[in-house]
Amino acid sequence: MNKTDALIIGAGPTGLFCVHQLGIIGLKCEVVDNLDKIGGQCIELYPDKPIYDIPALPKCTGEELTNNLIKQIKPFKTKFHLNERVQEIKKNKNNWIVKTNKGTEFETPNIIIAGGVGSFEPRKFPSEDCEKFEKKQIFYSIRDKKIFKDKIITIFGGGDSALDWAIELSNTSKIILVHRRDDFRGAQSSIDKIYELKKENKIKIYTKYQLNSTEGKDKLESIIIKHEDGSEKKIETDYVLGFFGLIMKLGPINDWGLNIDKKTIPVNTKNFETNQEGIFAIGDICSYPGKLKLILSGFHEGALAARGCFRYARPDEKLRFEFTTTSKAVQERLGVKK
Amino acid sequence: MTKITYIENNQKTHTIEVENGLSVMEGAVQNDIPGIDADCGGGMACATCHVYVKEECFNKLPRKQDGEEDMLDMAFEPNKFSRLSCQLIVSKELEGLVVKIPKKQG
Repeated sequence: MNKTDALIIGAGPTGLFCVHQLGIIGLKCEVVDNLDKIGGQCIELYPDKPIYDIPALPKCTGEELTNNLIKQIKPFKTKFHLNERVQEIKKNKNNWIVKTNKGTEFETPNIIIAGGVGSFEPRKFPSEDCEKFEKKQIFYSIRDKKIFKDKIITIFGGGDSALDWAIELSNTSKIILVHRRDDFRGAQSSIDKIYELKKENKIKIYTKYQLNSTEGKDKLESIIIKHEDGSEKKIETDYVLGFFGLIMKLGPINDWGLNIDKKTIPVNTKNFETNQEGIFAIGDICSYPGKLKLILSGFHEGALAARGCFRYARPDEKLRFEFTTTSKAVQERLGVKK
Repeated sequence: MTKITYIENNQKTHTIEVENGLSVMEGAVQNDIPGIDADCGGGMACATCHVYVKEECFNKLPRKQDGEEDMLDMAFEPNKFSRLSCQLIVSKELEGLVVKIPKKQG
């Protein structure tokens, strides 16, 4: 059991700055995120896109912002639990008992939900009959590429994941690449390589096609793909891989007894607490009159939520407002005191 | 104000006056029309405001900018009349626009 003053769900910019705000008032926290890296949407959706509205940073990319925040919270030596999604929470006297899908447990008086629009999960094929073959013959990510050796693999998608796996697996498997339009959006070098492999008959390409249905009872035997003009084609295949990026799902947060309004959590604007005592929501996931989904708003919300956590974490102490420029205690926590 | 018609997947139809300058996505969200999630808030980063534009309206729309077609690759069951509603800015020229909302957004 990990005991901490606050558990932050979500390692995006809002969650990261909240680590800082907790740290300077002397509270410890840990962070859980479903992605395999720190940074949230900034890293997953727009690592290279410049952001122009971070105060005092005229221009920075999602990746630069993330790296700067990581640097800023370094003094607090915060523990991150990546690749984990918080599954259930339970109240136990004055604490919350929190459990992740990997079985990690936390005991904490405060939970701060900084989960954006939810956790990232792979987008799946629209066709419902795909579900029964999922993780057997239909995959949205690859754990063990050895199973594909000498098999026929149909890959759907037009981005880098689809192209990179098509190229990589073409060494040992027969590859059929299917995409909904003629243009691929991956790196030009990968696109060139794909057409080279096509010339060498190592990859078959069908464009303007999408998956229509699957055939096979217990075992997937073939799939039907449908052209934009309505015509269909049957493909015999051993495995199907779909690479359509990620979608955000609120997931288990729905079941925690929180008020939810259009996929967001209503909060008060005094300390960003939800309808549940000791659960706070900050960043894109919270809503209140006038809410703006901006990173700078998330920073403000995190600063107030951190102070809101103090009375549950230190019920016998009084929180005194201090500046980083002058407070010896704060500077000690930051490790900068001379 | 411009008249926009949103048709849900169950054929339920909403015709509303949307303020010029808003996006077709914002028109739906502000008027509680279900089925347009707009998770990223209009940043062309998520493809959850995907709509099918009625064929006769499609060519009247401003062309797709860089990135919209790439994002549509991620959308749920896109077709050749697919657009991201966050990229459609409401103006007089769009009067009478009809968009269909997909079965789901992801």
